[in-house]
Amino acid sequence: MSESTVDAEGLRARVRDLLAEHDPATTGRLEFLRARFDAGLAWVHYPAGLGGLNAPRELQGVVDAELAAAGAPDNNPRRIGIGLGMAAPTILRFGSEENKKRFLRPLWTGEEVWCQLFSEPGAGSDLAALATRAVRDGDDWVVTGQKVWTSSAHTARWAILVTRTDPDVPKHKGMTYFVCDMTAPGVEVRPLRQITGEAEFNEVFLTDVRIPDAHRLGEVGEGWQVAQTTLMNERVAIGGNAIPREGGMVGKVAATWREHPELRTPELRDRLLRLWAEAEAFRLAGTRLRQQLAVGQPGPEGSGMKLAFARLSQALSGLEVELLGEQGLRYDDWTLRRPELVDFTGREAGYRYLRAKGNSIEGGTSEILRNIIAERVLGLPSEPRVDKDVAWKDLPR
Amino acid sequence: MSTAPNLLYSDVENDLRASVRDLLTDSCEPSALLARVESTEPYDAKLWRTLGAELGLAGLHVPEELGGQGASARETALVLEELGRSVAPVPYLGSAVLATTALLGADTAAEPVAELLRRLASGETTGALAVPLSAVPGAAFPSSVTAAGDGTLRGTVSTVADASAADVLVVPATGPDGPALYTVDTTAAGVTVDEAVPLDLTRRIADVTFTDAPAQRLAGSARDALDRALLTGAGLLASEQLGVAQWCLDETVAYVRGRYQFGRPVGSFQALKHRIADVWLELVAARAAARYAADALAADSDDTGVAVAVAQSYCAPVAVHAAEECVQLHGGIGMTWEHPAHLYLKRAKADEIALGTPGRHRDVLGGLVDLPA
Repeated sequence: MSESTVDAEGLRARVRDLLAEHDPATTGRLEFLRARFDAGLAWVHYPAGLGGLNAPRELQGVVDAELAAAGAPDNNPRRIGIGLGMAAPTILRFGSEENKKRFLRPLWTGEEVWCQLFSEPGAGSDLAALATRAVRDGDDWVVTGQKVWTSSAHTARWAILVTRTDPDVPKHKGMTYFVCDMTAPGVEVRPLRQITGEAEFNEVFLTDVRIPDAHRLGEVGEGWQVAQTTLMNERVAIGGNAIPREGGMVGKVAATWREHPELRTPELRDRLLRLWAEAEAFRLAGTRLRQQLAVGQPGPEGSGMKLAFARLSQALSGLEVELLGEQGLRYDDWTLRRPELVDFTGREAGYRYLRAKGNSIEGGTSEILRNIIAERVLGLPSEPRVDKDVAWKDLPR
Repeated sequence: MSTAPNLLYSDVENDLRASVRDLLTDSCEPSALLARVESTEPYDAKLWRTLGAELGLAGLHVPEELGGQGASARETALVLEELGRSVAPVPYLGSAVLATTALLGADTAAEPVAELLRRLASGETTGALAVPLSAVPGAAFPSSVTAAGDGTLRGTVSTVADASAADVLVVPATGPDGPALYTVDTTAAGVTVDEAVPLDLTRRIADVTFTDAPAQRLAGSARDALDRALLTGAGLLASEQLGVAQWCLDETVAYVRGRYQFGRPVGSFQALKHRIADVWLELVAARAAARYAADALAADSDDTGVAVAVAQSYCAPVAVHAAEECVQLHGGIGMTWEHPAHLYLKRAKADEIALGTPGRHRDVLGGLVDLPA
């Protein structure tokens, strides 16, 4: 990547030019977003021609603030989080020039939603054990298997997909990574209902789905390395954003506390304040983490933020249900829904409590994250591995 | 209004840390420390002279015109972090934090205040603030010492930190004109300093009795000065707790990597790894909370009260947890006198009580952030 010469002033000038040529008041939303992408103001740290300007990543805030102040539409990043946070960095790093050109623009504008086909019924924490087979057939690959925990599968146009291409080598070595067309024949999406009553996730059944070799990301057999890029970006995406004091779950409980003097007891207050202080300490830790990144000194602290987020979300939402007392016995609605957006702090306390249970599972269980901290940050030895040098096909399952 | 808090360590702060750590690595070695805590000289006077006088840390946050280094609470916090990491037996908290901050809150234009600050900042004189170490910021002005019309003091203050190392005490007392701060030489007639047997072997406490002791009344608002000293002490103590916890984590990690049982390092067992990862995670947040409190104190931010209450309610239990896990994960050796882990456990547990327990700080926090009882 070439050295950037774009600074904050340069970006502001480009924003002014964009606004001058495409007045948000009179330009359609999609048209504006496409123009913003083409001006290199979508994600400024991306290369020129792919929505960026090779500018430092921390300058994105300058662009976002200027455009928000001008009343410009955004790309509704929460709706397309998997595309932005996981698919895009992987395509950028491993995709062909043609793939980058084809996929990144509609991904960023939200014209095309992305989902992730990684986990399987038999491959959760041990993702590298996955069994979905891809077999080469001419210029195509033929894919058969079952994926699970796929959010947005029912709205997605594309998926990032990891498959088994060589069962005769140890599990980490025989995988290959693809972009999968969710409208292709043989792709079947079924809602997966969860403890909240909702089905925000899906099961995805793949039966002889043909994927052109041109949609492969990375080399054959190197799918694990490619997936690592995706997963590192996922963990940055979860719990990595700036939030104000009392942002998120703690604000919900605090509001309930303020609205209901009749529910207060000294014991509940101490527990609430314990969690309030902990939430504030981790909020400050997030601020500190971003300050480290901004001066080019990323620390290992990021590995723990998702772990803390899960713990706090669960403890705070559990406390709120208990605090509500009689009202906590009720639930708003068990009807099966398929929400397009997931809001951890949405709906009522009972929903938040149940949804938070997923926070310590999705995107790496808290147990796996503790292993990662212990082994990669603190340098503790790994557990003895029994599966490392065994061909995938010979693993017990 | 305050600017955005800086939660990082500056280059200057990192340099300061390096020089303090070098000194403490050389002169505060665990076996010597263990021998010292049972000797007749529990404080390391030579180390304190080097730290306080030669490195200038005794008056780090005292303005230059008053003989100090003109640094801020941020740098003082960093020194406390390193002192916590080595549980160094020096009267830094009593003298360089509590006594100097109380004096800075008095009328520094008055010569007796300025003169004493100069002596404390230079390290030639050691001070202590005559309040129980468990005193809570914002509590009622202490009433156990009274001042007579002739300026003499009468009364008792128990569990005063670092009093036995002090040449001079800064004493909150109530006289005919109301609350005031007084200074008393510890060698003066009518002053007895009885060292107690402390839970924390590396920070001594003493019961101080004044029997018509000659004292000097200091000009200025005693209530504000005392509150500021206790608030500063509580906020900066979080950095000491961070240092204690960091040592405990580092020591535990090193131990479980090298300790073999069942044919493998015990640190390869997930049951232990997960506990250590939890301690590490707590340290990540404790560091941010401690830095924020130091930064708020340095900037005299409107948010200082919240910053200190969060730091104390969060960091105090983190240090205790880290020390308890350190003892447990060391197995039998962690329970022995010869291994230094107990010095850290004792410091962590005493620090939990010092300058307000976590529960007291949570109660204060509730008042500040509109979470009423």
